[in-house]
Amino acid sequence: MTETTHTVAFTTERLAKAKEIIARYPEGKQKSALLPLLHLAQEQYGWVSPEVMDYVAGLLNILPIEVYEVASFYTMFHLDPVGKHVIEYCRTGPCCLMGGEDVYGYLKTKLGINTGETTPDGKFTIKEVECLAACGWGPVFQVREKYYMNLTNDKIDEIIDELSKD
Amino acid sequence: MPVKILTEHINVPGIDTFEVYRKMGGYTAVEKALKKMTPEEIVEEVKKSGVRGRGGAGFPMGMKWSFLAKPEGVPRYLVCNADESEPGTFKDHYLMKNNPHLLIEGMIVSSFALGANKSFIYVRGELMYVIHILEKAIEEAKAAGFLGKNILGTGYDLELVVQPGGGAYICGEETALLESLEGKRGNPRNKPPFPAVKGLYQCPTVVNNVESIANTPWIVNNGGEAYAALGVGRSTGTKLISVSGHVNKPGVYEIPLGITVEDFIYADEWCGGIRPGHHLKAVVAGGSSVPILPANLILTLANGDKRLMTYESLSDGGFATGTMLGSGGFIVMDETTCIVRNTLTFARFYHHESCGQCSPCREGTGWMDKVLDRIEHGKGNMRDIDLLVDVAKKIEGNTICPLGDAAAWPIAAAIRHFRHEFEWHVTHPLEATKPGAAYRGEMELV
Repeated sequence: MTETTHTVAFTTERLAKAKEIIARYPEGKQKSALLPLLHLAQEQYGWVSPEVMDYVAGLLNILPIEVYEVASFYTMFHLDPVGKHVIEYCRTGPCCLMGGEDVYGYLKTKLGINTGETTPDGKFTIKEVECLAACGWGPVFQVREKYYMNLTNDKIDEIIDELSKD
Repeated sequence: MPVKILTEHINVPGIDTFEVYRKMGGYTAVEKALKKMTPEEIVEEVKKSGVRGRGGAGFPMGMKWSFLAKPEGVPRYLVCNADESEPGTFKDHYLMKNNPHLLIEGMIVSSFALGANKSFIYVRGELMYVIHILEKAIEEAKAAGFLGKNILGTGYDLELVVQPGGGAYICGEETALLESLEGKRGNPRNKPPFPAVKGLYQCPTVVNNVESIANTPWIVNNGGEAYAALGVGRSTGTKLISVSGHVNKPGVYEIPLGITVEDFIYADEWCGGIRPGHHLKAVVAGGSSVPILPANLILTLANGDKRLMTYESLSDGGFATGTMLGSGGFIVMDETTCIVRNTLTFARFYHHESCGQCSPCREGTGWMDKVLDRIEHGKGNMRDIDLLVDVAKKIEGNTICPLGDAAAWPIAAAIRHFRHEFEWHVTHPLEATKPGAAYRGEMELV
């Protein structure tokens, strides 16, 4: 999922989706589609490269800088290549109260990487993020759209086993 | 059983589908509002209800609605703030994922009341799965004739758009949210003009929290006075409280405003007490930005009365001995909690989330993070503690948006009530930096 291509383009389905999204906003306000389109692009490429940002700028008929400044502001967009599965764990207070730091420590040891790093086989990247709005079900991490909650070392074993098959 | 306005049917199997939601009485408020009421009458009922903004600020919702400018020929917008990002807060997440149609119904009723024909639900991007749930609910409502053109044959048109954020806490601030919705960086705007006059696309706009909007179907069905009859004084209705930390039953509870904090923490109906073998040390009652209070102060007012779960009672005593209801993000800590470490995670949070626009916040949150990190890791000195208080003071009130205050308050409050723990880190660095170490000296537990 971390391919870089020289000819960046949405798949046919995603291009149709992008057009549908752009049409949601009032006439002349197509720039509102920027965040949804960046999400769509990241879903396809795994990360948001300068080429991808230029492509999105073209679709919205805005300057590339208008995309760069936005993509670099919002932490969900990966501006560098990432592994196939990006594990984003919550490091904020409530998850820490529930033993988050120990559990995340176990995760790092298990994968043999630190926060911000990717496993040599390119399968996993670990990132730390701020509160994921699931505090009562902490510790929590997210892999793409899926939330994994009430984490324990045993659960992490199961999750990593499952994701490794993919 | 206390009245449940938002969660009465939340555990009914299939409540996330139109069919079941409708069977449980859903969308009757849309029928009543569009067919039997005028927009002005709905605004009047919401005013009478006394419902206050549930995002954290607690501003009366009806009053906010009445500020909306209505120039001829200019579209008006309703934007639902579902960017829930305040640490400790996960009530909107819970409500939207389990009962999406309640929010959709509220959006229809509220949009009609405000004269909006296109409304937005801005959901934090991490909750993409919830966005899919909402989009499915919107499709179902549309298919049943409750959204789209000429709703229920009344001539009223409404389109709902669900917009994903990108992972920025600041976009919960309403003007930053509007910037973000316009496809820009989430930098809060200078006010005035307020969104009610110049909001989305420079048009009059109302921004309301998910829970606030979810209250409107009940208010339409039962009347504002019935809503105002619930609760205590100016804290009317019910409130969703999301509980995390060291209680037996963390989760989301809909409480009638006015129960005691003590009941809320210890009664089986709610949190079910502190986890076995442990004792209450401190509570952050309304999301990470409100002042932390030690056990005795969260349970009891200065005059000896029990503290209540209301806007007024929680803020009784000002910041000297009180706090705020805020977003209802209720974080409970037992005696194993290191207050310094917990405060550091908050400082790190605000440092990370500052948009960088105003220098007191951009620089100040960074310094507070650094100095606290130094203290937590046994490398601080006594002057650092006063330095933190000083930096917090210089941020407070000096920024365009409330993020500066939100960053300053938790640090100032932690030092106000737990200064001895910060001092202990300075005087006992070896003990304080052991993994899992927490101050075990004299403290008042309950």
